[in-house]
Amino acid sequence: MTAFFDILIGGVFHAAVLFLVAAGLQLVFGVQKIVNLACGSFYALGAYFGITCVNWAIAGHSPQWLFLPVLIAAGIALGVIGPFIEALLRTIYDRDESFQLLLTFALVLIFQDVLRFFWGANPQQLGNLSMSYGKIEIGALSVPTYNALVIAASVMIATGIGAFLQRTRYGRILRATAENREMSEALGVNVRWVYACVFTLGTVLGTVGGALVVPTAAASLDMPVELVVEAFAVVVIGGLGSMRGALAGALIVGLMRAAAIVFYAELEILAIYLVVIVVLIARPAGLFGKAVE
Amino acid sequence: MISAVDRKMTRYVPLALLALALAALPAVAQPYYITLVLPAFAYGIALLGFNLLFGYAGLLSFGHALFVAIGAYCAAVLSSKLGVRSFEAILIVSGLAAVVVAIPVGMLAVRYVRIFFGILTLAFGMLFHSFLFKFYDLTGGDTGIRVLRPTLLGTAFSDLDKTSFLIGPFYYYCMGLLILLGLTMWRIVQSPFGLHLAAIRENPRKAEYLGVRVRLFRLVAFVISAFYCAIGGAILAINTGQADPELAYWTHSGELVFMTVLGGFANFFGPLVGAFAFIFLKSELMSTTQYWRFFLGVTLALIVILFPRGLMGLAERVRSTWAGRRT
Repeated sequence: MTAFFDILIGGVFHAAVLFLVAAGLQLVFGVQKIVNLACGSFYALGAYFGITCVNWAIAGHSPQWLFLPVLIAAGIALGVIGPFIEALLRTIYDRDESFQLLLTFALVLIFQDVLRFFWGANPQQLGNLSMSYGKIEIGALSVPTYNALVIAASVMIATGIGAFLQRTRYGRILRATAENREMSEALGVNVRWVYACVFTLGTVLGTVGGALVVPTAAASLDMPVELVVEAFAVVVIGGLGSMRGALAGALIVGLMRAAAIVFYAELEILAIYLVVIVVLIARPAGLFGKAVE
Repeated sequence: MISAVDRKMTRYVPLALLALALAALPAVAQPYYITLVLPAFAYGIALLGFNLLFGYAGLLSFGHALFVAIGAYCAAVLSSKLGVRSFEAILIVSGLAAVVVAIPVGMLAVRYVRIFFGILTLAFGMLFHSFLFKFYDLTGGDTGIRVLRPTLLGTAFSDLDKTSFLIGPFYYYCMGLLILLGLTMWRIVQSPFGLHLAAIRENPRKAEYLGVRVRLFRLVAFVISAFYCAIGGAILAINTGQADPELAYWTHSGELVFMTVLGGFANFFGPLVGAFAFIFLKSELMSTTQYWRFFLGVTLALIVILFPRGLMGLAERVRSTWAGRRT
């Protein structure tokens, strides 16, 4: 029972972080039709910058409970790079999507060395700070409070984005642009502005995801390229462009990884790709995706 | 007006000169530069195949490093585990293994086009990578397997040390392979099959109405490209003496696409130019700065934004403005 519960919590925690990155990926793909390979780089950037910010906070003698808000703020602050990268991508919106994919691959290479330049080649860690939040005990079961908080934050962000997309005026404009760019442009939507906002929001989701994970895991230069494949697995399982899909995909990948690590470590990553391939064969558009040609 | 003979001459003479220059290279250049030409040959062969799929059939794979890795691991397993030293046997087995894997993978992948094709191939590539990485007993895990020096046409060249073997007999052998496989690919793209592929790329639905079996042709292109990539992978592995899982990683697939676009996918020779340009650019950058990835990324971004037709497209543009000025 305890083992099962640990897998569940570990998996859901991983899923919560993965969901944030995948949601960013989905948002950008849904509206701009760009598959952003650099989402992993944003994630890693958030992780490194989060470590730096927490270290600043510690040097400034701020109380320990503050570091979760500090991490989230660090992730949000990194949103400033979003508009610049969107401006770069804007030059090739009209081109074939293979070029768009390649340009984001160029960003992966560039960010790899930007991270190395600022933070060096050695992995960075925050020590055991996540434990300073203590544990929640329910009978024989215990959950690290930090993990529970991250899960809660992720759920809040998920519902927030859902409400934003479904209920607000801006959300409607955004969905309309995703549905038909020319038509919304003809109806007076400032598509340029929408794209810049969406891309920045996508970036922030990635950087916040990365910042939230560092109290439990080290930040390393392998992070960006490793995360991309997991995030891709999530969106492919869930269906490209679908938010509900990102949620379902993140849960499947997160839980499967947690289970595989416990039962049969060799299968860890392998199992995820197998699910991806099975889903693509059985349901080409993913669990919640629209049909593709 | 240029006669047909002249036109043929202007096309073939530079190629022949280039081949002569490459043949003469070991006699004049430093060994270091010659060892750089070898991976360029290997990637040249791999990309000839890759571009049949990307440039001619219009399918962008982000997982073709899978087949490069298959070639490399075939060379490794045959030479250091099974004691097979004949390079011809290694090439045949590598090519066949790639075909055997490419048929089922291709059958699944060519049901999709565009971005979905890219993601599915990426998933297959990563599946193979994690297999190589995790099954330590079979594949040597992250350190991989050593690749021993093969015999060429039954000759062992045991009096030569490693470098002189690589820049001597092996160099010419690979150059011969590149020419042979290049001519074959030239025939393939000029054949009705190649024209069918181009028709499918331009308008798949129309091609289907005209009776072209779209998926079958895409599958055949996929399998041929896998074959070429495996041959390139076998050469690559013998050059470095090691086959490791990084060969199958998705960033390596990205490099294959990078090279193709750098040279120009719209031109038959583009991938070859791209392979040479990339290898030399990378080695120059690596020797000058530890931040070589940054500059590679900037180069790729510039190519994608400003020169989408790559170096060959740039050369064509320069030539046409020059010709325009002359008349």
